[in-house]
Amino acid sequence: MGVRTLTPVRLPEPRGPLTEALVSQLTSAPGTELKVPPATGDWLDEDLQLALYICYDLHYRGFADVPPAWEWDPGLLAARADMEEVFLSGIEAELGAVPSVEEQVEELLIEPLNGTGVSYHLLDRGERWQAREYLVHRSLYHLKEADPQAWVIPRIHGTAQAALVAVEFDEYGAGRADAVHSRLFAEMMADFDLDPAYGHYLDAVTAHSLAVVNLMSLFGLHRARRGALVGQFARVEITSSPSSRRLAEALAALGAGADGTRFYREHIEADALHEQLIRHDVIAALLDDEPDLEPDIAFGLAASALVDERLGTHLLSCWERSRSSLREPLADAPHSRQTGRPT
Amino acid sequence: MAERSGPILVQGPVEVRLADGRHVVSRRPMVALCACRRSRTYPFCDTSHRRHSAGAQTE
Repeated sequence: MGVRTLTPVRLPEPRGPLTEALVSQLTSAPGTELKVPPATGDWLDEDLQLALYICYDLHYRGFADVPPAWEWDPGLLAARADMEEVFLSGIEAELGAVPSVEEQVEELLIEPLNGTGVSYHLLDRGERWQAREYLVHRSLYHLKEADPQAWVIPRIHGTAQAALVAVEFDEYGAGRADAVHSRLFAEMMADFDLDPAYGHYLDAVTAHSLAVVNLMSLFGLHRARRGALVGQFARVEITSSPSSRRLAEALAALGAGADGTRFYREHIEADALHEQLIRHDVIAALLDDEPDLEPDIAFGLAASALVDERLGTHLLSCWERSRSSLREPLADAPHSRQTGRPT
Repeated sequence: MAERSGPILVQGPVEVRLADGRHVVSRRPMVALCACRRSRTYPFCDTSHRRHSAGAQTE
């Protein structure tokens, strides 16, 4: 158990024309001609990110009342490609030219003495409602931790593939169901009185946290983006160990029980190992096999940093004003609206 | 495999006997053993060997 797999996720509330089109039509029979308006605007648009999330989740667990055959519907795939173009071209435009893989990795390996991100905030002056909001935002990814990266397994080979699978095996609990990382995350949510059911907070989270998981899904589902997926995965594994230490300490100080810190305690040690495997075996071997992927890996590293940074900025700017960072605040958030939704 | 200042990677599972007599076990298929002695999860690596610099980090 842990991550409940048998509860079908309801389609979310629409946030604009794209999601209105999807939510109203995906419950019909696949093959029905799909009418979705063109995607436009900012890559971090709420409607765009939720629409992409719906398209991608058909490849993971699907939604209640949505026939599974929509997954490969040509009309839906065309609409998704249109949205992906807005997402990626927006990120590319914002990033501009990105530094080489070597430069970015070198920089990630240097720990700042005075960091300013979310884990530092939670450790220095975090409040319990903020920690709960953080877990809600991150739940969209961590309840399917390692799944987006699994798509790349058959697309890289030799040493790179073997090392990536070794990391994934660890993420999936190394053969032990009670150690699967997504399950540890679910247990942590329960320890913080949150509902750990997959997709429970889909309506509550903003485009920032949807973009984090959509970026992985996009890279994972396109073979042409395998280099970017490896770059994205590498950045997470390289930065995770020190931030996991801060988060474990922060959550303990905010009242976590043993289940409430195990996920991050596990990642202190696991990701110190994974960083080594990803850098020396996955990236180095992949660059040996396919040197042309260097710019893609570099893009994945930089794009991953950008989406995480936007989430972090959103959280901290809301919290500085004592405002909830969620669309549907939890019961203990300041000035929480009563939505009648269970928290 | 070992890099300058980084951990030593060994095939797991491993059982390490520490100087104080304690036994520590890691069941991971691969294990990163601390070589710099700065780890707070010694004998396992926690990236404490990394260099530090003044500056911002967003995670």
